[in-house]
Amino acid sequence: MSKFQVGEEVRIKDTYFEGHHRTTEYVKGKSGKIIRFFGSYENPEILAYGGDGKPFQDLYWVQFNLNDLWEHKPGEKKDKLNIEIYDHWIEAL
Amino acid sequence: MSDNHHGSGHHHNHPHDNESPYSHDLSSHNARMKSDEAYMEDKVVPVEHDLDYFQVRVVGLLNLLREKGIVTTDEMRRTVEDIYAQTPTTGARVVARAWVDDEFKERLLADAHSACGEMEIDIEASSVTKLIVVENTESLHYMVVCTLCSCYPRVLLGQPPTWYKSFPYRSKAVTDPRGALLDLGYTPPEDIELVVIDSNADCRYLVIPRRPDGTDGLSEEALARLVTRDSMIGVADALTPEEYEKVAFD
Repeated sequence: MSKFQVGEEVRIKDTYFEGHHRTTEYVKGKSGKIIRFFGSYENPEILAYGGDGKPFQDLYWVQFNLNDLWEHKPGEKKDKLNIEIYDHWIEAL
Repeated sequence: MSDNHHGSGHHHNHPHDNESPYSHDLSSHNARMKSDEAYMEDKVVPVEHDLDYFQVRVVGLLNLLREKGIVTTDEMRRTVEDIYAQTPTTGARVVARAWVDDEFKERLLADAHSACGEMEIDIEASSVTKLIVVENTESLHYMVVCTLCSCYPRVLLGQPPTWYKSFPYRSKAVTDPRGALLDLGYTPPEDIELVVIDSNADCRYLVIPRRPDGTDGLSEEALARLVTRDSMIGVADALTPEEYEKVAFD
């Protein structure tokens, strides 16, 4: 059973992280919505340094309103951005 | 290609070849790789002065792997051959099938691995961990970028184009996606909802472009020819039959 459900509003943790990780800076601290559950995958933060990638992390597709990500609001109102985020980077709202 | 030894007379012998044979890309390098035996007889290849920092590192690593017997020249050659055997033709076949067969399309969108398996395309055997297929419609347009590096569904599309790996595309696709599309010569349909996909982790994405008008009578094979690489990244539309005629027979 995954921790977050499709449709749930969530926030990406705004955590400084020294080292390889796949959570992009531009979504940290931003709120979006879970739109798909992809399954469990090796943790790249461990894998990148020769580790076994365990424990596996649940991976979600998180969708943001494009204009919520940038102060300059580059998109049309309905434009979106989808990005893959691992469980341990997501917090409930 | 010739098998000269890159001596000092090389450039004089080839007045039209101003660049080093090593300066283009890895494929030309590999085309010139020698057999292990020949390599051992001629260990010092005097080309370093023509290479940039990372090319020197690559050559150094390849030499070490060879010397230590971890990989052979033939294994490297075959791997590079396999890499360049992957082309967007494979992705285009999948898209054309989805255009003509709604049930296949539904399976593809729900579980791309098993749907591709129906077409003898083995996603699991490739380096792709998870393939996700999305569909561009009259109201929704997907475009794909990897802001962190160059993630790309190589098993279906081959190697990514240079612009896909460039900093300008990777940054602008998320900070000003409509501007990035315009830079590539594409204006999406008016009033469309644009969805940028940042391919940042385990998934690789294939976009099914909108099926062009005037293609009702076409066979699956003829449709596949309209499906360009860029339309499957979501930065262009598929070709109309008229556009295809122009491109193919100009």
